[in-house]
Amino acid sequence: MPKTILKIKNLSKSFGKVQAVRDVSLEIQEGQIIGLLGPNGAGKTTTINMIMGLVTPTTGSIEMFGLDAAKHRSAINKRTNFSAVYSSLPDNLTVYQSLYVFGKLYSVPDLKEKIGQLMEEFDLKKFANTKAGVLSSGEQSRLNFAKAIINTPKLLFLDEPTASLDPQIAGIVRKLIVAYVKKHQAAVLWTSHNMKEIEQTCDQVSFLSHGRILLSGDPKVLPAERGSQDLEELFIAVANEPLDSEN
Amino acid sequence: MNLDRIYAIFIRQWFLLRGSPIRFFTVFIWSIISIFEWGFISRYVGSLGIQTFNYVSAILGALVLWEFSSRVQQSILTGFLEDIWSQNFINIFASPLKIREYLTGLILNSVVTGIVNFTLIALLAGIFFGYNILSLSLMLLPFMLVLFVFGMAMGIMSSVIVFRFGSTAEWLAWPIASVIGVVSAVFYPVAALPAGLQLVAKLTPASYVFESLRALVYHGATFSQVSGNLLLALLLSVVYLLLIGWLFAAVYRRNLDRGEITRFNSESF
Repeated sequence: MPKTILKIKNLSKSFGKVQAVRDVSLEIQEGQIIGLLGPNGAGKTTTINMIMGLVTPTTGSIEMFGLDAAKHRSAINKRTNFSAVYSSLPDNLTVYQSLYVFGKLYSVPDLKEKIGQLMEEFDLKKFANTKAGVLSSGEQSRLNFAKAIINTPKLLFLDEPTASLDPQIAGIVRKLIVAYVKKHQAAVLWTSHNMKEIEQTCDQVSFLSHGRILLSGDPKVLPAERGSQDLEELFIAVANEPLDSEN
Repeated sequence: MNLDRIYAIFIRQWFLLRGSPIRFFTVFIWSIISIFEWGFISRYVGSLGIQTFNYVSAILGALVLWEFSSRVQQSILTGFLEDIWSQNFINIFASPLKIREYLTGLILNSVVTGIVNFTLIALLAGIFFGYNILSLSLMLLPFMLVLFVFGMAMGIMSSVIVFRFGSTAEWLAWPIASVIGVVSAVFYPVAALPAGLQLVAKLTPASYVFESLRALVYHGATFSQVSGNLLLALLLSVVYLLLIGWLFAAVYRRNLDRGEITRFNSESF
């Protein structure tokens, strides 16, 4: 039986009078890729930030690897990592230096070998001594992704990881992620606005709107169950659905 | 505390210095300019023949020590600001790094730049103005210890200001050492200050160092006569450092609560 890697219960976050996330509960088992979908401002990034320890929840609990995230943040973060379209690595460090610094932050053993292997895998070897700031957005995304798996995380947070990639590279990255999950029995929490990508890669999806999970299920069968032609049509229908409390 | 993670923060700063001659240059240039500026002023005032003591020694000795403390402060602040300038907070704080490891990494970096800077300006003071800071021999160590701990407290305080009020507040954080310098009795005795500021000076650890330095060098005091003052200064510095470290952690928690770590920029406050 697969182990539960992430369990969040009744998670809410308010910023003053704005309620960004409302009563979100979610579980991820090892080997699973879960898609978190929703329109801009739905609360996806706030939810991921709370799970990563970058935002303190107003209420609710987060448990990862059987540990309470409020008490064991550093131990948990050793086994997680992330890549987000809005967070690139420092542009004044070279590719090698960035991977070295983050490898040390995650206490990666045999770091130099690991960096060599990642640069090979993500075609970054020729940029080893190039500062990240002068890389193209696609090359930066590859670097971000190399950093995201430098510590062989068991749980990976990907916030629109392929948003700035061309279709060919995005396809390669998707395959790498799926292969990584299989090889390491890891889990991924993935946000994207690319419904085809979600359909291809995710085992489960949860639709967030106005900070609340409105719908969850298998992305391959959910549209038909809900009377939509595809995930994209379902996405639009869910995004337009008003909340009960707002009726 | 995890040594790998502390080293990561330290080596990141070293990579930046190594990769940018301009960054490297700015670590030392202002101290070098100060030494020459004050060296020439001291030499000129000394040549007027109105003083009863060696003016060059009085000014340059204080300056070399104060530059050490200021450099420690600026080095910590610069390391912190690098993470803001490169929008690196999310990467840093989503890692296993703990706040105390982050601060220790910044401090470690300040030790190295502080000592290198001190050595360089002490050499320049010796070569160009004939001032030998080593004439203080072992007494130099307690002076430097107090100024180092106080420099750390000033550096973390500067970072707290930016962390709390946003990156536009860096213009308030940079001159902190200069502002505190006014009540630190670096170039003049505490008695030269107005009564209100004398009280503030009594709460400023650096003032005890410079008062003790003058007592030793110009009034013939012995080390045991000033050691009580130095101990008090060290205690005050440690208390400030602990309080300010706690304040940094409190501001960090506040920023987590308000979601400001993930969107930290000058306009978010």
